[in-house]
Amino acid sequence: MTSLTDRAPRVPAARGGIAQSFADSLVVTKRNLIRMSRIPEMILFGLIQPVMFVILFTYVFGGSMQIGNSTDPDVYKNFLMAGIFAQTVTFATAGAGAGIADDMHKGLIDRFRSLPMARGAVLTGRTMADLVQTAVTLLVLAVVALIIGWRPGYAAPTNAGKIMLGFALLLLLGYAFTWIGALIGLSVRTPEAATSGGLIWLFPVTFISNAFVDSSKLPGWLQPVAEWNPFSATVQACRKLFGDPGLSPSDAWPMTYPVWASLIYSILIVVVFRTLSVRKYRRADG
Amino acid sequence: MPGAIHAEGLVKTFGDVTALDGVDLDVPEGTVLGLLGPNGAGKTTAVRVLTTLLRPDSGTATVAGVDVLKHPNEVRRSIGLSGQFAAVDEYLTGRENLQMVGQLYQMRSGAAKARAGELLERFHLADAADRPARTYSGGMRRRLDLAAALVVSPPVMFMDEPTTGLDPRNRQALWDVIKELVSGGTTLLLTTQYLEEADHLAHDIAVVDHGKVIARGTSDQLKARTGGERVEVVVHERDAIAPARGILARYGPGGRGLDDVSVEDHTRKLTVPVTGGAKLLAEVIRDLDAVGIEIDDIGLRRPTLDDVFISLTGHAAERARDEENGTGRPPGKDRTNRKEPAA
Repeated sequence: MTSLTDRAPRVPAARGGIAQSFADSLVVTKRNLIRMSRIPEMILFGLIQPVMFVILFTYVFGGSMQIGNSTDPDVYKNFLMAGIFAQTVTFATAGAGAGIADDMHKGLIDRFRSLPMARGAVLTGRTMADLVQTAVTLLVLAVVALIIGWRPGYAAPTNAGKIMLGFALLLLLGYAFTWIGALIGLSVRTPEAATSGGLIWLFPVTFISNAFVDSSKLPGWLQPVAEWNPFSATVQACRKLFGDPGLSPSDAWPMTYPVWASLIYSILIVVVFRTLSVRKYRRADG
Repeated sequence: MPGAIHAEGLVKTFGDVTALDGVDLDVPEGTVLGLLGPNGAGKTTAVRVLTTLLRPDSGTATVAGVDVLKHPNEVRRSIGLSGQFAAVDEYLTGRENLQMVGQLYQMRSGAAKARAGELLERFHLADAADRPARTYSGGMRRRLDLAAALVVSPPVMFMDEPTTGLDPRNRQALWDVIKELVSGGTTLLLTTQYLEEADHLAHDIAVVDHGKVIARGTSDQLKARTGGERVEVVVHERDAIAPARGILARYGPGGRGLDDVSVEDHTRKLTVPVTGGAKLLAEVIRDLDAVGIEIDDIGLRRPTLDDVFISLTGHAAERARDEENGTGRPPGKDRTNRKEPAA
């Protein structure tokens, strides 16, 4: 009965720096993935919602939408997918926020904060796990899109490399938005508040954009908002890379160079919100 | 030389609530300090400051010789923390929880795995090791939480009300573990609302109230301050109260005669501080019997936590209220049974 102290391992020397930060983040990522796999209904709802959006938008709005000069539902269907993909990845925000708020709420965060682990790892681990979940959701959604008639290259030639790049930009956008979710999760008192707080602002962000309608048909004062919306840049980039119809003809910079704009916006969001979140986490007084 | 845990002048306020109001502590290496106090006294806040979870407004602290404020990550390598709210991931199995903690203490995954297996055995969780922790009973969760704090056998342990809410069997099991740890040389700071617990486990006790240490000493010293043993008698008839009081006064300290005996009319209960133990009890019964006073109940009572509190602070400890949890519940507010200090 002496195993408590006699044979107990001593604390290994801290590896420190990036290596430890990465290793710790992976441990927390694994923990969150195990959690997610034990709550399969969460994954299921995460899948049903975007699939439902694809079907509703395609068949409800499809016949009434004019993209460019075309009112062909087929054109709208192909136009829509990039928007739905982008909206879906941003919805990971709510999951990340709720997960982190839940951790903060329970005693577990005190355990983490009392361990000699990298300070950002709890948050990075969560956002990385969300990235994995987003990737799975996106894959399922792409298959559904193909089944109901999305055809990459519909309006312009594309290739596998461009399509991969498009999905990479989507994942990066989703990853960036989970850091916004992390900050929300750290700022609210309950997981429920994090879920609604993580979702509400996404509606204006994703709707005042080029995702679901031709942004040139928005009221004049809204057009620049939509065109400079970081979310729109990724949608435009995907349309361009996938060869989808309905590219915005605007000469606003993010619409002209959407791939670069998407990349810069997403990286900027990660840098800003990761810094703010990690700082807030360190100061969290529980 | 300062002890394994040393704090000077810790102050922490939440808004207009002072949770710590100049707390000094010193726990020599290999000893146990019991931090005793009612809910909201500042016990948890003190633990959170010493375990790097909370920065004090002012004051200094060292744990295992390392400055808590300047080198928090270094301190984290030397401490284990176990609390009243089991800090485990309820969706992970017991084994996964312990492995994760081991890896976050920077153990290699193989070593973390081996240690997890060992601790699960030791804490009688082997059968439940591969079930999610949310299927565990309260006692099992608490054991898992404690196991998580012991993954690397830290030289300094903090336990925040480790037995609150546990049934007697689990409490006893936890006490055994704590004793084993201490005999292995671990320094322990333990917070509790139960004098009995502090009595059993702690070398020294610091009584905390309103963010201040109001008394220190061994449990015997504290009990002595509250007046030691008392004889309590419940008489059968109201009319017997007066004669019984006269008899009991003979056994009191003698200084104040009848005033030594306190009387509760509605319960017909008389209490007198005594020295002399069980033998004296027999004499009291004989004396009362000799004058024909019928008694419903008689007993020798030792000081309880409430006695210590009433004596030291002038108000009773309240066990029912939610423990302060750092969210800023005002300590000391809505106390209804405030009394003048007894001495």
